[in-house]
Amino acid sequence: MPIDIDVICSRYKKGSREALLPLLQEIQEEAGYLSEEAVVAVGRYVGLPSSKVYGISTFYDHFRFMPKGRYHLQVCGGTTCHIEGAVSLLREIEKLLKIRDGQVTRDGMFSLQVVNCMGACSKAPIIAINGEFHTVLSAGDLALLFDVIRKRA
Amino acid sequence: MSDREFLISEILTAKAPDHGQAALKRLAEIRRERIKRPVIYVGTGSCGIVAGADKTLQATRNYLSEKNIDAETVEVGCIGLCSAEPLLDVQLPGKSRISFRNIDESLVEPVLDDIFNGIVPQDYVLGQFFNPLHQAYQGVDDIGQLPFFKHQHRIVLANCGKIDPQNIADYIARGGYQTYLKCLSNYTAEKVCDIIDESGLRGRGGGGYPTGRKWKTAHNTVSDQKYLVCNAAESDPGAFMDRAVIEGDPHALLEGIAIAAYAIGATKTYIYIMADYQQAIRHLRTAIAQMKEYGLLGYNIFKSGIDLQINVVVSPGAFVCGEETALINSIQGKRAMPMPKPPHPAVEGLFRKPTVINNVETLSNVTYILKNGPQAFNSIGTATSKGTKVFAVTGKSAVTGLIEVEMGTTLKNLVFKIAGGIKDEKQFKALQIGGPSGSCVPEQQLSLPVDYESLWEAGAIMGSGGIVVMDENTCMVDMVKFFMDFLQQESCGKCIPCREGTRRIHEILENITRRPPSETGHEVLERFKGIMQLEGLSEVIRDTSLCGLGQTAPNPLVSAMKWFRDEFEEHIFDRRCKAGVCKELRVFYIEVDKCTGCVACLRKCPTNAIVGQPRQPHFIIEDKCIGCGICYDVCKFVAITIK
Ligand SMILES: Cc1cc2nc3c(=O)[nH]c(=O)nc-3n(C[C@H](O)[C@H](O)[C@H](O)COP(=O)(O)O)c2cc1C
Repeated sequence: MPIDIDVICSRYKKGSREALLPLLQEIQEEAGYLSEEAVVAVGRYVGLPSSKVYGISTFYDHFRFMPKGRYHLQVCGGTTCHIEGAVSLLREIEKLLKIRDGQVTRDGMFSLQVVNCMGACSKAPIIAINGEFHTVLSAGDLALLFDVIRKRA
Repeated sequence: MSDREFLISEILTAKAPDHGQAALKRLAEIRRERIKRPVIYVGTGSCGIVAGADKTLQATRNYLSEKNIDAETVEVGCIGLCSAEPLLDVQLPGKSRISFRNIDESLVEPVLDDIFNGIVPQDYVLGQFFNPLHQAYQGVDDIGQLPFFKHQHRIVLANCGKIDPQNIADYIARGGYQTYLKCLSNYTAEKVCDIIDESGLRGRGGGGYPTGRKWKTAHNTVSDQKYLVCNAAESDPGAFMDRAVIEGDPHALLEGIAIAAYAIGATKTYIYIMADYQQAIRHLRTAIAQMKEYGLLGYNIFKSGIDLQINVVVSPGAFVCGEETALINSIQGKRAMPMPKPPHPAVEGLFRKPTVINNVETLSNVTYILKNGPQAFNSIGTATSKGTKVFAVTGKSAVTGLIEVEMGTTLKNLVFKIAGGIKDEKQFKALQIGGPSGSCVPEQQLSLPVDYESLWEAGAIMGSGGIVVMDENTCMVDMVKFFMDFLQQESCGKCIPCREGTRRIHEILENITRRPPSETGHEVLERFKGIMQLEGLSEVIRDTSLCGLGQTAPNPLVSAMKWFRDEFEEHIFDRRCKAGVCKELRVFYIEVDKCTGCVACLRKCPTNAIVGQPRQPHFIIEDKCIGCGICYDVCKFVAITIK
């Protein structure tokens, strides 16, 4: 989906450093990721070199520089999920989808992200698919789930 | 007269604190204590949603419209009993509010059918909320008497799960914002600082710095502009106290912020919150808009001459963003990297102006203190730690959720009395208190009281209040490796001891939880050198890092090595992981009498470590086995065991 970066920029004060992060967040919200053009345009608007904008945005966990898959998988990597077996869950997902943290499948269907903590520790280990939570999954359930999603699409 | 007009003219601006009969009746109606039609409450905090509360809510609405029942549904926050989610409460006119646990969408219909027909579905009952205005159900426990709630002392969480978080009227009808207005009209700013100082309130964000003293520093610093920042970053994995407060009772925090801003003379305040906390952000924004509607924000609030502005800043997130100087940088649009102190933020902080930074829980205590007086607060707790502390207890305990206890309660009571001990009748091993840079506490130390000094002397920290309970199936080396991995990723990279040191520790731990590719000469030597240096390295990181992240980073390692040294030695010398967590150290055996010789494992073994003839028991060559576990997974006869 093409978005108009200039329109989003115009909602913020020009040349204000304070506006940098909210601006990047809003662009990512609309476009799903930060493209090279977005980083350059924001830099120009805020009055910072694009290298600096890129540097700052890679510092934070939330910014991504690749489009998401149609189904965005988030695996919780919090402490509780870890002791409840999130690692083997993640390995299983990696094996099934053949992608790793931060990558997108070739067909653009799935993307995978490990997040710090989703705060639903009592249901650990958990994953979220496009924001919808799934709890206590076995390897077999996962394969089935992905199949269902693939067929539906 | 609308609720809003009523509350503003008769409650908020009323001179006398006692209200007439009519007003009291109306307040009870707003609080939903007097109702004309049934009310159904669904706990839709984030933890509830994960458990399926949104579906429960939808099913409830469908049920009501299908059966043509005129009832109100209210979404409430988390009451703290996460393992009982989704929670559904029903309040019928004249009857007490009764709470049901683990109600997924399929249970909505049977439970509501029963209760509307006067039957209590005993299987799902959690308890009922006693109220003198209501008729109680026979044979149903008082919720406050359940072991989980009985030993808690709730100040911060008092209203969570009970109040409608998206309705300011409910909050005001329970006495909300009256304390703020009382401060504006009756107390000077110094007086407010004094009261907080006297109460003994200390920062709940981890440091434990006396809040009153911090406020006074900022108050006494002369400047044209001062700021108050509420630290709602809560980036430590496994902690969700602050989120629950914001989701379940946002106005309690906002009133605390308003009072704090008045005390230090700030007119601009910020709430710095993680982008992940979508629902909390929504609730905050709604609550702030409602404050504006009621004239509690903006210029010249209730003709006091005081201005107040509250901004929500959404953090693009990292663990280090919670550190106060890093947070300041982040609000200013820079990388969240800590800065050396002094100058302390209270003297020179955001935009180089005096800035007080307080945690959500700290600020949520403020209203209680000013309402009930400092004595009410400092009579609770221990000599140096006053009041209560909220903990998020997760992991292997029978009950998981939010627990608010008086300072001085022992960890043992917390885990065994309130959280119900360990689930599945396993053995308690240790608990991790204070998040990834906290320490582990073994069984011998469970008699420690929660109190800043006692924990500190025992080598642990209070931290922000995350407690992860671990049982015998947890490997301590793996746990420490996990925390180190987290910390080395989250280290901002500014100072070398933290950036390089945490990475090296992680590497060394990786090495001892892995089978070395070769067991000869140089490599073995290197590996041992690393192990020998672990302790020295920890000391250097602790002593020379710039901010709290580095200074506390070695904590998990140091404490685990102190209490579970044998486990480390087992990993290093015997290459064994008793808990069976460190995958590559697992050793597999084939039980001769169970093996049928089906050759399934033999074919799959990637290193040809399995030998044997068809229909004869197989055998694993230990030296060749890499512990991948494929044979274990493919064996249909449970003949393969892990040692
Ligand atoms: C690495 C690191 C992470 C922190 N994370 C948080 C946090 O998530 N929330 C918080 O309130 N304080 C956090 N703190 C503590 C803050 O720096 C600061 O001490 C606190 O917000 C002060 O508020 P208080 O006096 O009310 O505790 C963190 C500190 C460090 C060193």
